[in-house]
Amino acid sequence: METSTWTTKVGLAQMLKGGVIMDVVTPEQARIAEEAGAVAVMALERVPADIRAQGGVARMSDPELISAIKAAVTIPVMAKARIGHFVEAQVIEALGIDYIDESEVLTPADEEHHINKHKFKIPFVCGCRNLGEALRRIAEGAAMLRTKGEAGTGNVVEAVRHFRTVQGDIRRLQSMDEDELFTAAKNLQAPYELVKQVAELGKLPVVNFAAGGIATPADAALMMQLGVEGVFVGSGIFKSGDPARRARAIVEATTHYNDPEIIAKVSRGLGEPMVGINIDQIPAEQLMAKRGW
Amino acid sequence: MSVGILALQGDIQEHSAVLLRLGVRPVEVRLPKHLAEVNRLIIPGGESTTIGRLLALYDLVEPIRARAGHDLAIWGTCAGAILLARTILDAKQGGQPVLELMDMAVRRNAYGSQLDSFEQPLAMPVLGEIPLPGVFIRAPQIETIGPAVTALATLPSGAIVAAQQGRLLATTFHPELTSDDRVHRYFLEL
Repeated sequence: METSTWTTKVGLAQMLKGGVIMDVVTPEQARIAEEAGAVAVMALERVPADIRAQGGVARMSDPELISAIKAAVTIPVMAKARIGHFVEAQVIEALGIDYIDESEVLTPADEEHHINKHKFKIPFVCGCRNLGEALRRIAEGAAMLRTKGEAGTGNVVEAVRHFRTVQGDIRRLQSMDEDELFTAAKNLQAPYELVKQVAELGKLPVVNFAAGGIATPADAALMMQLGVEGVFVGSGIFKSGDPARRARAIVEATTHYNDPEIIAKVSRGLGEPMVGINIDQIPAEQLMAKRGW
Repeated sequence: MSVGILALQGDIQEHSAVLLRLGVRPVEVRLPKHLAEVNRLIIPGGESTTIGRLLALYDLVEPIRARAGHDLAIWGTCAGAILLARTILDAKQGGQPVLELMDMAVRRNAYGSQLDSFEQPLAMPVLGEIPLPGVFIRAPQIETIGPAVTALATLPSGAIVAAQQGRLLATTFHPELTSDDRVHRYFLEL
């Protein structure tokens, strides 16, 4: 018997497909998320909108909080570690959590190196804005990806931009002949073997969700129609007027993403969405998506 | 013959890819009108709480129960096996919607957290002598079976990982994540 193989790491992400992963900051919120049909929860001390508002250094959450959330639900639990902070990752693994998000939402601990994720038994999800970044993360051992979007804004524009960029990069690879892939790998700053694999498959070799700015059922369905395999919703649920109802609606819209009548039905009377932020009003140094390389 | 995959959540594409390799084009079942088109249904791996909730919400529980085992053969993998079980152990607080079709008790997440997910070859005598690659992801375990249910595969520990009751089939592992399509072919003959 072999535990924590590449197949089981990628496999858990495959089981989450078509689902919604929700940020929660208390065990009560975790239960609301599970009740609403979330496939997993992300255990955090502060949702990205609050991290953005309050500033300061954002770190891994208190292990006591992560464990309390783990104890409250039966679905998988994820927790965030800072980019490059392999000891935070070791701590989360020691807690017996199901997945680590090496996340740009937290303040990076290393401005050159991401965590060497091959050294861990626990699987990792990482953010990406383009194909080169996605493949560098896979080379480091990420078993799942999410396009970054811009977390804590309630504005889906960056999620759309990042996913369309990844897809465009993949389509360009597919149009190349095999001689051109060597230079493509150089330009993407990604390992040749992965570039070749993507050119053959026409898709990423691991599951890719959307994240960062999804606030409504229509946002979730938009990303699904564009071709992502599931969605992360951070601040969008518990910063809205009626979190339980909005959570349920986003779950239904993610499943029935191709059925506008159902999306219309579940979008009715959801109450106040989170207040959104326009990306061009955020000072450049506060953009989270630019963290990571 | 039309084969459906319950497409509410989970590894739908992985099952679909195996069926396409076998020359079968599956129907994605999200609503009762899709269910009416199929006489075989695969319930994929995923989260049983999510799939169960959407089954109940979109009025699929009764139409499935009415036809199950008669003109509708069903195979549940992992979360699907949980949904087929009459009794669920370690269910979500407050309970969770299920189909309650096979006379067996299934414990959710029986081996621990994701860190305990594992791969192990297993013997499934109805498929011949060559062991089947077993991929277990936060897997459930079939703890007890009633007289109508046959155990088709067990781990060396004795844990039942595949079971059949007439035209209903449950596996706690994921043949769709491997290149071995024997369980899919077995289901298509069921």
